[in-house]
Amino acid sequence: MAFVDLTRGMRGHPVRPPQSGMTRRRSFWLRIHIDPWLLLLLVILMGAGLLVLYSASGQRLPVVMAQATRFGIALVAMIVLAQFSPTTFVRWSPVLYGITVLMLVAVEIMGDMGMGAQRWLEIPGVIRFQPSELMKLAMPMMLAAYLSRRELPPRWRDLVVCAALMAVPVVLIAKQPDLGTSLLVICAAVFVVLLAGLSWRFVGLLAVIAAAALPVLWLNMHNYQRQRVLTFLNPESDPLGSGWNIIQSTTAIGSGGLLGKGWLQGTQSQLEFLPERHTDFIVAVLGEEFGLLGMVVVLVLYLLIVSRGLWLANTAQDTFGRLLAGSIVLTFFIYVFVNVGMVSGILPVVGVPLPLVSYGGTSSVTLMAGFGILMSIQAHRRLLPR
Amino acid sequence: MRAEGSNAATPRRPPPMQPLGGLRYGLMLLLVLLALGALTGRIVYLHVIDRTFLQGQGDARTLRVDPIPAHRGMITDRNGEPLAISTPVVTLWANPQELPPDDIQRLMLARALEVDLDEFNSRVSRYAEREFMFLRRQMTPEAAQRILDLGLPGVYAQNEYKRYYPSGEVTAQLLGVTNVDDQGQEGLELAYQPYLSGTPGQRRVLKDRKGRLVRDLHMLREARPGGDLVLSIDQRLQYMAYRELKAAVAEHGADGGSLVMMDALTGEVLAMANQPSYNPNNRAGLDPRGLRNQAIVDVFEPGSVMKPLAMAAILESGQFDRDIVVDTSPGWMRIDRFTIRDIRNYGELDLAGILEKSSNIGMSKLVLALDDPLVADKYRALGFGQSTETGFPGEATGSLPAPVRWSRSQWAALSYGYGLSVSALQLASAYTALANGGVRQSPSLLKLDEPPVGTPAIDPQVAHDLLRILEESVQGRRAGVTGYRVAGKTGTVRKSSSSGYMENAYRSVFAGIAPVSDPRIVTVVMIDHPRGEEYYGGAVAAPVFSRVTGNALRLLDVPPDQRLSP
Repeated sequence: MAFVDLTRGMRGHPVRPPQSGMTRRRSFWLRIHIDPWLLLLLVILMGAGLLVLYSASGQRLPVVMAQATRFGIALVAMIVLAQFSPTTFVRWSPVLYGITVLMLVAVEIMGDMGMGAQRWLEIPGVIRFQPSELMKLAMPMMLAAYLSRRELPPRWRDLVVCAALMAVPVVLIAKQPDLGTSLLVICAAVFVVLLAGLSWRFVGLLAVIAAAALPVLWLNMHNYQRQRVLTFLNPESDPLGSGWNIIQSTTAIGSGGLLGKGWLQGTQSQLEFLPERHTDFIVAVLGEEFGLLGMVVVLVLYLLIVSRGLWLANTAQDTFGRLLAGSIVLTFFIYVFVNVGMVSGILPVVGVPLPLVSYGGTSSVTLMAGFGILMSIQAHRRLLPR
Repeated sequence: MRAEGSNAATPRRPPPMQPLGGLRYGLMLLLVLLALGALTGRIVYLHVIDRTFLQGQGDARTLRVDPIPAHRGMITDRNGEPLAISTPVVTLWANPQELPPDDIQRLMLARALEVDLDEFNSRVSRYAEREFMFLRRQMTPEAAQRILDLGLPGVYAQNEYKRYYPSGEVTAQLLGVTNVDDQGQEGLELAYQPYLSGTPGQRRVLKDRKGRLVRDLHMLREARPGGDLVLSIDQRLQYMAYRELKAAVAEHGADGGSLVMMDALTGEVLAMANQPSYNPNNRAGLDPRGLRNQAIVDVFEPGSVMKPLAMAAILESGQFDRDIVVDTSPGWMRIDRFTIRDIRNYGELDLAGILEKSSNIGMSKLVLALDDPLVADKYRALGFGQSTETGFPGEATGSLPAPVRWSRSQWAALSYGYGLSVSALQLASAYTALANGGVRQSPSLLKLDEPPVGTPAIDPQVAHDLLRILEESVQGRRAGVTGYRVAGKTGTVRKSSSSGYMENAYRSVFAGIAPVSDPRIVTVVMIDHPRGEEYYGGAVAAPVFSRVTGNALRLLDVPPDQRLSP
């Protein structure tokens, strides 16, 4: 089925014969369904990420090579997904969603233990991955597909359906427990509904409900999660235990100064004072070694990616594309915001990586897959004469 | 305006949706910008406003001040021969939490440390909660490097210095020892600890979270090595004196003994030996008695060796003619309720005869004829009952009674050396007055740059006369030294215990001066409880004096002052 769709999508795409140099170049990128600006920005970010990772991993080349390999896989995933027509995504959304929910149930039943949380599904010797990661894409796809068939702005009934579609996987993921991923999945879902034209009154109501739900959430949290929140509120209360991460990371960032101590010269990060320095806390290494300037440059890079992504989403021509593209881009930004906010001490510690910079496989592939879908939506719009 | 009118997705939304959507996207971008603004604000705050504090915090985690051990000063003899030197050693320690848990690596480590694996494991488990344990202290740098080369985690090295005493047991008690932390514990090592130890240096270093040294940043303070200590001891004389003393103690089956040889002119101690002794370089199974530097810290009743000094008081009193003759028959006399005896009835004795025969009765009769406690005063002037001020830890002052009312027996006893206690060093110092024309030199354990001004203690003429008398009294006896004129006095003292004087337990003492024509050295020999047939000072201590003095004079290149009679 997918193969047929793919060929149809490609066949169905109108390709004009090249007229001038300008149009020829445009048409080349269009032919391969890739947005050159977004690709350029992502590659620059990956390059910068590898540079910081080399330092953060204690100058271990194998780590950098493994990450580069993942980036390669992620880029391939992006390019492949960009070739599908959005119609394919619409059609397959419920299937993907259903399979992912089933896998989450499977994890709940038989997932093996990792870091105090059951997250992994493993076919021994073949593959080992987190279904919750897949849900980050399946969720917005499902909701976008659903809402694109309804009249917008969504009615009450649609919202209830959306809430139910969201609640099942979120509860399963939160039970694993993986607070970071469940929050990201919620965000992805909320963005879809928000972009679908949810009334502001309703947004306000949701905010009130969320505030009311906080105590319930607190009661259902695991000890380590509560500890993280408490630590966030007052890191000095337990400087040797759970406050350590935040104190160390703010120390590392702050000691970098305006221009930083130089690549490979950060004492906090190189001397292993910084915990999780090549995964979730990698931005502290960036801050220490490249200073304020380095961090601002990277944040601007993210801003450009998000801006470009939002622009692409806004120019998408069907509802599914608009909603899904917007949600993917905004969720990507949530990663950045939560991670940098956590490391710099304005948000509690939630296990969210810095996209395309932190060491880690699944999340970079998922993120790039998301960008692939974004590019597919962008490339498959019908060009209108201006 | 419509999306691809394909088969699956057929949006049924009305056209007005489009501007609303665009607004939402703009709003989202605004939110993104706001969030980024918040992040940037926080980062700027950390980088710029909080920077000084956080940088200080960062430095506090990585910058450490490391001590640099200071080289402990060397102790040498008067000619610069080393007596105590510090050699660099390496102490290995471990963080038990980081030690490899698997048995193979532990076995490698235990093998290298030359300990049993089970023993090693039980030690590690005992320290499991700690972060520091010694693996092995004071190894040679090469041996430590071999273990470090195994590259096991949690094993660290620390540079230290270890004290080595080339002369071993010969100078053991005088020098004392340092403990494993290079702190003086006994003897001169303790007395001159601040001077010898120097000041440890400091350097600023960069350390990682596990405390491993990453970089040497800069020197805060150079280690200031301790000063070298030059002793008055002459190592050659010391070796020789020790050898002779040890041989004599062994020969007579004695409990121990000590020997002090002093430079008669300066009071510098040239040799100071004790038995029993110990090896300071390997203190396993040492006899605690051997730790005592008996010549300084232990006192004994001196007995007859005090008679020449009492005689000085008698002569100086001017109450007697030089040619006075004392009748000592019948060889015993009663004073108060005590009976004092000579060895046999010597009949009439002149002053030289009293000293030569060592007549207790002769001394007592003379002393009891005096009006004042002149003998006690003389003893005090000669340094008895007071500190010798060498600064040696545990130095004994001895006791010299000073009652308000002297009893006759007490008065008499002092004259033949009972009823007071002295150390061998005090005795030697007092004899310098006889050797030195009446000027007493305080003992010094350090080499002196110039001869000190002594304390006049005896009338020069009296001192001169007494030296002659003492020379006569040892002539042809066992104290004699071929080629040199020597003077001296023997002593045999009954040892006392808590229940009074002991039967058949004696101390043999000899104090002597050589050469008589121009005295250079004073030697005191004390042998504690000789168990052989012979126990008299003249039989036990005098031969030691003879050999030691003869050898010393030859080693010191002192020209012989006695013609060899054909």
